[in-house]
This record gives sequence, C-alpha cells and structure tokens, in this order.
Amino acid sequence: MHRITEFFVGLLFGLGLLLSGMTDPAKVLGFLDLFGTWDPSLAFVMGGAIAVGFFAFALARKRTQSFLGGALHLPKSTDIDKRLVIGGLTFGAGWGLAGFCPGPGIVSMASGEVKAAVFVAAMVVGMAIFEVAERSGWRQRMGV
Amino acid sequence: MTIDWANFTPWASLSGGILLGVASAFFILVNGRVLGISGISGGLLPPKLGDAGWRVAFLLGMLAAPLVYGLLAPEGFVQAPRIDAGFATIVAAGLLVGLGTRCGSGCTSGHGVCGLSRLSPRSLVATLAFMGAGFAMVFVVRHVL
Repeated sequence: MHRITEFFVGLLFGLGLLLSGMTDPAKVLGFLDLFGTWDPSLAFVMGGAIAVGFFAFALARKRTQSFLGGALHLPKSTDIDKRLVIGGLTFGAGWGLAGFCPGPGIVSMASGEVKAAVFVAAMVVGMAIFEVAERSGWRQRMGV
Repeated sequence: MTIDWANFTPWASLSGGILLGVASAFFILVNGRVLGISGISGGLLPPKLGDAGWRVAFLLGMLAAPLVYGLLAPEGFVQAPRIDAGFATIVAAGLLVGLGTRCGSGCTSGHGVCGLSRLSPRSLVATLAFMGAGFAMVFVVRHVL
C-alpha cells in the first residue's frame, strides 16, 4: 500500500510540474528575469501549491500519525544559520544558470532530454560531493 | 521591468501549482513525509536499509509522469523543455544545485512549497536566498555579461 501511494504521489507531482511550466527552463528563466521581460507565471505555481499545502500542514500538525498509521516526519530543525543561507544561495545560482531545479530536471530527463539527463547526473555528483565533505569533516573545517 | 504577456500562462501555472499542493498534502497526510525532491533523492546517497523503498517508489512515479502527461494532456498543453544552456553550463548548474540543495537541506519543493506552507521561518530564509540568487544570476547572465 505504501509503495503504491508513494508512486502515485510522485506521478501526481510530476504531472503538476509539467502542467505548471516548471519543466521548461526557458519559462523558468523568464520568471527569474525580473529586470528584463518578466513572465510572472511561476508565482502562480507557488501560490496554488501553498494555498493547498497550508491547510494540509495545519492538519498534519494536529495529528500524531499519518492516515496510513505511520510516523509523521515533520522537519525538526528551526536553525537559521550560515549553512542554510550558503546552501540556498548556491542552489539559486545553479537554478538561474540553466533554469532547472531538482524535480523538473528529473521529469525532463524522463521526457528524453539529453541535457536534462546531464543536469541530473551533475546534480547527483554535487550531492555526493557534499555527502563526502560532510562525512570527512571538510565542510565543518571550511566553516560552512 | 516589463511583463512578458506573450508567455504568461496564469491558469495552467495555477492549476499545475494546485496539483503540486495536492501531491504535497497527500504525501504528508497519507505517507507522513515532506515532499522535497532534493531530500528524497539525496537520501539515496548512499541508500540505507529500510529507508530506500519509499524514495525509489516516489522517483519512479515522477519518471512515469511525462508518459502519462502525454496521454492525458489536451493538445497545446505539451511543451517540450526549451534548454538554451550549453553542456558546460548545464554541468556547472547541476553541480551547484546538487551541492546547494544538500547544504541548505532543501530546494523549491521542500523549502519553497512545503516549508512556506508550514510557515517555517527557516524555509522562508532559504527560499529568499535561492530566489534572490536566481534573480541575480539571470540578471548577470542576461544583462551584464
């Protein structure tokens, strides 16, 4: 049951990305081009998603279990630190460079786009580098 | 700033956004998980026993989306991705996105959608950071260089 619902949610999320325009890097860059000819569409993506999500998370906070009877894995960290900000800035720089964030990269790879597959491969390498840096203590020594 | 009316798609984007919200709502309430793509995929590096199945099931669902979308979507709603960046830029972007999302513990979905829905100040800061950097990068690439 769990595996079926997880698959279904992944599918639904992918469909949402495709319909919204998020999987089209030219559209994403049009949204990020605030000082050029600006396409505000993606603000509607976030607005629509949060309008629904707000009620779901308000309900989740009041519950102790998921509907399937498992644990509710709500984030515990509330730290606003250098690591969070540097990570956000780094991610945003990469997002603005090619117009892909993780979800749309994965979905466009499945659409058969070679460049999206290269993006996802590089992203996985970046994630792995961070994981190694974290485990070996490089990150802490660099003060991030 | 001028508005790009020719490419403005408020209804498709709003509807797509609502689908993203419904998926996130379903995931937290039914499966008890926060829908964050970088966290779901990054948690597979390396896969941990008993913690990989749900991640793989979710990602397989995402990979099936283009096929299902092609069957369901009315004509004119199927937009092939327009990727102008060259391969070197794509690789640099992927590395930055991978490093940054793991360092900042989230991306557009985990911080931008779920975090802001939870009214988390931490996610608001992360979202402002990545949106700000995204605006700045496009400004530099398109209007300065």
